[in-house]
Amino acid sequence: MTQPSLRHAGINLGGTQEDPNADAESGIFGFWMFLMSDAVIFALLFAIYGTAVAATAGGPTPRSEFKLDSALIETLLLLTSSLTVGMGVLAMKYDATRRPVFAWMGVTLALGIAFLFMEWHDFSTMFSHGAYPTRSAFLSSFFALVPLHGLHVLAGCIWMLVMGAQVLAYGFDTRVKINILRLSLFWHFLDVIWIAILTVVYLQGHVS
Amino acid sequence: MQTAHSPIWPGVLGRFTWHDLPFVRAWENPTASEMIGAAAASLVIIGFVVTVTLLTRHRAWGRLLEWVTSLDHKKIGIMYVVIALVMLSRALVEAVLMRMQQAAAVGDPGFLSSDHFSQLFSTHGSIMIFFMAMPFLTGVINYVMPLQIGARDMAFPWANSVALSLTGGGAILMMVSLVIGKFSTGGWSGYPPYTGLAFSPDVGPDYWIWAVTLGSIGSTLSGINIACTIFKFRAPGMTYMRMPLFCWTSLCTSILMIFAMPPLTVATALLALDRYLGFHFFTNDLGGNMMNYANLFWLFGHPEVYILILPAFGIYSEVVSTFSSKELYGYVSLVLATMAIAVLSFTVWLHHFFTMGQSANINAVFGIATMTIGVPTGVKIYDWIWTMFRGEVRFTVPMLYSLAFMITFVIGGFTGIILAIPPLDYVFHNTLFLVAHFHNMLIPGLLYGLLAGYTYWFPKAFGFRLNERWGRIAFGCWVAGFYLAFMPLYVLGASGMARRTHEIFQPDFRPWLYVAGFGALVLLAALAALIVQLVVSIRERDANRVFAGDPWDGRGLEWSTSAPPPEYNFAVIPHVDGRDPFYDGKRKDGYYQRHVAYGAIEMPRNSISGVVIGLGATAASFGLVWHMWWLAGLSMQLVLSALIARSFVRGSHRTISAAEVTATEHRWHAALDADRPTPRACELSQRNTGLAEIPA
Amino acid sequence: MSTRGTRLVAGVVAVLALSGCGALDHGILNAQGPVAQHERDLLLTVSGILLFVWVPVVILVPLIAWHYRRTNSAHAYRPKWDFSWPLEALIWIPPAGIVILLAFMLWPATHKDDPYTRLAGRGAPVHVQAIAMDWKWVFIYPDEGIATVNQLAVPTGRPVHMDLTSGTVMQSLLLPQLAGQIYAMAGMRTRLNFAADRPGQFLGENVQFNGDKFAHQKFTINSMAPGAYAAWLARAHKGDRMLDGAAWARLSRKDTTGPQIFSAVPRGFFERVVAATGGAAHPHPNAKHQPATRKAN
Repeated sequence: MTQPSLRHAGINLGGTQEDPNADAESGIFGFWMFLMSDAVIFALLFAIYGTAVAATAGGPTPRSEFKLDSALIETLLLLTSSLTVGMGVLAMKYDATRRPVFAWMGVTLALGIAFLFMEWHDFSTMFSHGAYPTRSAFLSSFFALVPLHGLHVLAGCIWMLVMGAQVLAYGFDTRVKINILRLSLFWHFLDVIWIAILTVVYLQGHVS
Repeated sequence: MQTAHSPIWPGVLGRFTWHDLPFVRAWENPTASEMIGAAAASLVIIGFVVTVTLLTRHRAWGRLLEWVTSLDHKKIGIMYVVIALVMLSRALVEAVLMRMQQAAAVGDPGFLSSDHFSQLFSTHGSIMIFFMAMPFLTGVINYVMPLQIGARDMAFPWANSVALSLTGGGAILMMVSLVIGKFSTGGWSGYPPYTGLAFSPDVGPDYWIWAVTLGSIGSTLSGINIACTIFKFRAPGMTYMRMPLFCWTSLCTSILMIFAMPPLTVATALLALDRYLGFHFFTNDLGGNMMNYANLFWLFGHPEVYILILPAFGIYSEVVSTFSSKELYGYVSLVLATMAIAVLSFTVWLHHFFTMGQSANINAVFGIATMTIGVPTGVKIYDWIWTMFRGEVRFTVPMLYSLAFMITFVIGGFTGIILAIPPLDYVFHNTLFLVAHFHNMLIPGLLYGLLAGYTYWFPKAFGFRLNERWGRIAFGCWVAGFYLAFMPLYVLGASGMARRTHEIFQPDFRPWLYVAGFGALVLLAALAALIVQLVVSIRERDANRVFAGDPWDGRGLEWSTSAPPPEYNFAVIPHVDGRDPFYDGKRKDGYYQRHVAYGAIEMPRNSISGVVIGLGATAASFGLVWHMWWLAGLSMQLVLSALIARSFVRGSHRTISAAEVTATEHRWHAALDADRPTPRACELSQRNTGLAEIPA
Repeated sequence: MSTRGTRLVAGVVAVLALSGCGALDHGILNAQGPVAQHERDLLLTVSGILLFVWVPVVILVPLIAWHYRRTNSAHAYRPKWDFSWPLEALIWIPPAGIVILLAFMLWPATHKDDPYTRLAGRGAPVHVQAIAMDWKWVFIYPDEGIATVNQLAVPTGRPVHMDLTSGTVMQSLLLPQLAGQIYAMAGMRTRLNFAADRPGQFLGENVQFNGDKFAHQKFTINSMAPGAYAAWLARAHKGDRMLDGAAWARLSRKDTTGPQIFSAVPRGFFERVVAATGGAAHPHPNAKHQPATRKAN
């Protein structure tokens, strides 16, 4: 039986075995579909936010609550982490030694955690103004959209720790490589969502 | 926030009270309605106890575990269908109860309390959509599609098992709601603000939210899995335009699942935030807006209609072609029509609420978009008609379902176009006319199709044919019952009778309600006939074996294996060079080629983690429903741990040795050599051992 | 079948057919106002057109299936025949043509029968504000300063302009013989226009499920000749029941009630109900005098 030789572009799994490359092909493809499904969830939450942004019910407004400076720092943290996670994947592809991969992933993890701290700080500042999600439809939709992104980042951080443990346990076997590539796709996806949040939530809140 | 606490250990039992047990309610207030509720709860408990006893008596726990932990797409498919049939029985009995109540309740309160009646229509709808139709079609796709494309399994066998467990968990939650507490009264669509905390503070809507959420997450996973399998795991030579039509409709359905399930998840999640944390998405106060819910729900709900119907369309395409002994007419046009329906299904959701007060322009645009879907659907019907044209039609049970479908479905299309016209929708919306319409689409368009598929592929899955006579009786009852039960509803709807009505004050409606009630009983008889058919067929199984695997002179690759197929499906992955590879192949010499030796095959090992995740999610949902926070927290931790633990598992495959494969294949080939080919005239007799005679 | 059996079946069918007509008399086929009449005519026209879709399938499916049955040797068997351009044109073009035809009918009809479209009046319009409650309807006549519960009196022939909102969950007001239906939603206002052509009593009902006594939430629309309507108004004014806070609290209880009349209603009562339930978002952009804004509360 002759099969077209599949080699996944993102990871170097070696050219001789056929199965691992096929696994990578379908595994990564399936993960893309999951991301698209997840993107629909965010798209809908953006739409809900759009319809609810004016429904402040006399409570806090976007202008009174959103701080552009911290949003800017959060953006920089996430964008930098996207670069470092990409470097990590490249290191895995070409070096396949632990140290550079751990270094890049460690930086990414640190940036992710820093982002989460910043975000938590933002939320607690809002709470201190009485800007709770129970106050108005606007705040409800904000606290459904932005913390969901935060939860994704948290999930990404946990995932990164799990992958670290797996690298220690198994080295760079096929499944570890595929999962690290998926993780990096997930991380880039979160960046894209964050850019949309920055634009639709934070910037729009100050423009309008 | 809700502050009702249980008087009994509130920290442990949350808001549970003794009154949440139907037995206690029936004891204190022995009305017919409460008695029926207690009887239903007893049935669930007795069913559970009997199952446990039988499993223990027959020492079958090991085999059960072997099944539920299996990652084999065939076993998973069968388990989905079992869930669907169990839930079908419950939801059909509920439908009969509702029709009896309405027939009895003309100018009279009837025998069911209003609250009980409302729970019945809510569970009936939720079960039929999420725990009958969805598992049934997912199961059939799971079983058949990999065999048709010449694959050994799904792309993600483990995710398949997780999806099954989540769907099963949702179904368990539905059953538990019969025994502990009550279900939502807000209908299958769960519209807030009625289902919000302010108007329904009880556990009912929470049961609905979590059962549906489990089902929808499971379906999203299934969708990804099915689509990825079709995109990446087709046998060499199986190009897109050579795929059996069932694979095309499965592909479109799975893509719809990937994009249409998230809106449902968002809708239920936001409703849960409203109910649990006091958010204001759909409340009446502080800026909440229930119109967002209507949009979210139907953004899922309309594509869902096609998620349900497209696989049945695929089954009809297979069945009509096979039992006409003829190539499918207009393959390309059927593929295009399927794709068109899938795309258009995202552009029409607003027709579910023409009456919400948006402008006439918007209504008109969505009305026209809705009618447009009628075109590809009509094309499909004609494609099947022209498939029979110049064929040799055999009136087997699956074919009878297909014929009944074509005639009946067009009536539903007729009334569908009427409802698509906004001024007419203003009159018929929310009346029994609408109820009649969507049952007219879903019973022929989904149930007949899945029953046709069940009868058609059953011999493949279990190795013996189903009893034909009882199949015909069931068919007759399903069709007669449908007409008797739903044609009167068109009349009642056109007379202004609202749906979900517990009591009727118009005596003129009585005769029609009687007819509809009688029709419901006929449908119940159809279900009984289906069960009898299964029992009789299992008893007679040895006489009806079709081990050779091809009882119907089939066309696709699924018929080219033994029945039931070996775990690995294909010892050698087939090469495909046409649209009906098996039909054309077996007409050439030497198709059933015996190899001297076969290679070893790797298949996924069983895994317990899918079940753990499913049951953990179910327990977490139960905890959330009853505000047993400890249970919810622990169960979610369990789910997370199982997920992480699974990612550490290596060696998740086992190797089926070359010797074992060779022995299996040689056994099958020996049977093939011994079999006498069956001419089509004898295919319903015991002579049919699954080797088709090739006419000269 | 025996003669007696036949007679019994015939009798049952006859009874059903007769009472069937009785049932249909309560619906759109027995339309009693201009909106409903137009909708009924549209229904009949569309059904006529759709027969061209339905009849061929109902004839062709059994005919072809039976003629090409396996046991009939007197037909051509072409197992490889699977395509024909003329047939393809035949199955795509006529359905598309029918849909295009229906689309051209749908657009003007949707505008004409839009619940928001004011009727060309025969006489001055009557303004009514409907508030959906659990499980009753409250109708305010703002021009008259009176209100009714579970009954609606309208002068025969004159157009009725109804604004709707809900004091509770979403409901839907259906007038089967007079007009279609429109949702009533808390914090929002929707609109329904209709008229009754002749005096008589017609049904109005909520058709969106809203709890226990949903089935009871029906009322009578009394279409009265001008003189009788004037007399009814005069009687209504004479009473001494005010729709005050206490009365509203009673109406807000989840329960059913018989018909009631309030002889006085505070000004702006309806608007306050809309505002009190949160929004004042308006789903319909065409209704210009109701700006689509969100009011805070």
